[in-house]
Amino acid sequence: MFEIMDKKILAPGIVLMKVKAPLIAKKAMPGQFIMLRVSELGERIPLTIADYDRQEGSISIIFQEVGYTTRDLGSLDIGDHIMDFAGPLGKASELDGLNRVLCVGGGVGIAPLYPQIKYLSDQGAYVDVVIGARNKDYLILQKEIENYASNIYIATDDGSLGHKGFVTDIVKELLDKGSQYDSAIAIGPLPMMKAVCQITKEYNLPTTVSLNPIMVDGTGMCGGCRVTVGGKVYYACVDGPEFDGHLVDFDEAIRRQQMYKKEEQIEHDCKLG
Amino acid sequence: MSMKLTRVPVQEQDPQVRKHNFKEVSLGYTLEEAIQEAQRCIQCKKPRCVAGCPVNVYIPKFIAHVAEGNIEKAAEVIKETNNLPAICGRVCPQEEQCEARCILGIKGEPIAIGRLERFVADYTMDKQSSESMDIEKNGMKIAIVGSGPAGLAAAADLAKLGYEVDIFEAFHEPGGVLIYGIPEFRLPKKLVKQEIEGLKKLGVKIYTNIIIGKTITIDELLERGYEAVFIGSGAGLPKFMNIPGENLNGVYSANEYLTRINLMKAYDFPNSHTPIKKGKRVAVIGGGNVAMDAARSALRLGAEEVHIVYRRSEKEMPARLEEVHHAKEEGIIFDVLTNPVEIIGEDGWVKGLKCVRMKLGEPDSSGRRRPIAIPNTEFIMDADIVIIAIGTSPNPLITSTTKGLKTHSWGGIIVDQETGATSKDKVYAGGDAVTGAATVILAMGAGKKAAKAIHERLSSGAKKYASKV
Repeated sequence: MFEIMDKKILAPGIVLMKVKAPLIAKKAMPGQFIMLRVSELGERIPLTIADYDRQEGSISIIFQEVGYTTRDLGSLDIGDHIMDFAGPLGKASELDGLNRVLCVGGGVGIAPLYPQIKYLSDQGAYVDVVIGARNKDYLILQKEIENYASNIYIATDDGSLGHKGFVTDIVKELLDKGSQYDSAIAIGPLPMMKAVCQITKEYNLPTTVSLNPIMVDGTGMCGGCRVTVGGKVYYACVDGPEFDGHLVDFDEAIRRQQMYKKEEQIEHDCKLG
Repeated sequence: MSMKLTRVPVQEQDPQVRKHNFKEVSLGYTLEEAIQEAQRCIQCKKPRCVAGCPVNVYIPKFIAHVAEGNIEKAAEVIKETNNLPAICGRVCPQEEQCEARCILGIKGEPIAIGRLERFVADYTMDKQSSESMDIEKNGMKIAIVGSGPAGLAAAADLAKLGYEVDIFEAFHEPGGVLIYGIPEFRLPKKLVKQEIEGLKKLGVKIYTNIIIGKTITIDELLERGYEAVFIGSGAGLPKFMNIPGENLNGVYSANEYLTRINLMKAYDFPNSHTPIKKGKRVAVIGGGNVAMDAARSALRLGAEEVHIVYRRSEKEMPARLEEVHHAKEEGIIFDVLTNPVEIIGEDGWVKGLKCVRMKLGEPDSSGRRRPIAIPNTEFIMDADIVIIAIGTSPNPLITSTTKGLKTHSWGGIIVDQETGATSKDKVYAGGDAVTGAATVILAMGAGKKAAKAIHERLSSGAKKYASKV
């Protein structure tokens, strides 16, 4: 059992939880994920690590309450326990040696981007950050990121904060005006990552994306998380979760993400009326 | 003395009933039936059956006790060499091992050793689980990686010898393939749990949610003071065919399909929160036990038609005869000499399986006749779910994070056959992680061998490690 040490509501339906998991905290690196199961009949779901504190022995996760499991998780409070929590899984981000990086985060995808921004900044890299959300209430981690980013640019769909429109508008503008980067990192909803990659490809800017497909075990056993990258099939859990965004078959990934839409609806109707 | 040439039949659930439930197919012998079957054994002076058993259970001796109705004594005999009889009695391929060598098999049917083993285990199960063992500890710690058959067997033997044994399991529940792979209708999970409880009574500790190679490395285990590490991490990586359409929605590896059902209880969705796609027409590719398990599980989830698609003929199928027989009784359709070449989709979902008919040519490296495609015989089989059950390979999570651990090019850990010792000091391995996908009993045998080797080395004053690999 894994104790919840802290809980914060970052935005409507977006929750941060700090979980006591010293063994995982000791090993965690930016880009990796954990698998959790809330309770006995729960589903195992992957969540990317949003932060880790080796001294304190904690792992932070940030999730949006979208399905049964995330709502169930969100119903827990400080002092409660998560039944199963395992990791760190997947490969760590390859951040060493990068000097100028463009980080793009959308929605709850800003969460896994945060430890990467922190890591890059700590090693002295120049980091431009573009983050976006539906509106200003849904924008998470702005303050935390400001501590590390060289520049921060914000986009909201309704213009309630920063640029009115998408993160891609800002990415395009930055690249158009000649900003130079070694690399870009984009994490967010699949259509957002796809759109960012379309732009960065035009500028030959290498772009890493983090995928979060459906998986059961997270250790390579089920093969459910397979993704096509550059015409080859990879398992996101062991070969990823980060891949070369210019080579990822996003349309396939989007389709595979929909596999249990119908079941999720059944579950929603049964459980929540 | 008249000798009965045929076995006492065992009661089974009616195929028409059982294909709609996950309860065990075989109901097992009653006490009377077991005694009657045991009395057929002629108690050979030089029993060939014992040599046919990978863990050398004293078969005639336990059967003699059954024949006299002394089931507790029979259980003791089995437990001397086999800690998991309720499991082995069910899933061992006895027809290729002990029973294959039974002298009665020449003129009639061999003794039903598997059924008798299962009977003895079940009959004494409740009694043994209330006992707690008092073992004198020797103060040495051993780490076991993985709680499948290899790890459980090694753990039991080492614990009995007085070692402090810690098992590390990546999943949230111990048991490995016994829990996530083999379905309830072949191996009730209650039994696996009871066997594991028995192990805990020996003092074995099980830590779940620990992924060795990720959460803790092998080297860190050694640094933590474990005198030896046994790797029994299995062969968990599913193979795909690399044919077009494999990433369509509705295509599963058998591993994923069975794990969702067995470990995650997706058959009970939405009570259990893990979903699974329930197809109307399911095609399972492969001819092994796992393929049979997947096909029969699909039927139990409510599929109207389930096909086994296998490229060789039924004779070459690696599945146990009993499983093939049970699958057929339940109405699984066998498409043999049929090779899938493409999975056909519509709007991103599986719609059918394009296959080609095959014929058998000369024997290949496996000794089985090589299947050859017959030109112009392509056809499309309707299917909305395709399950790929063509095998698994060892997981690289451990080998890729452990320095000095030699592996074959296909991923299997290289060991000394006699001891299970790897190329790395203090590290032993066995089971599917070494052999690639094989059987429960072979994995158990390997676990026992390694346990013996570990004990010999540690009890002889930890003499210098001389690796042969």
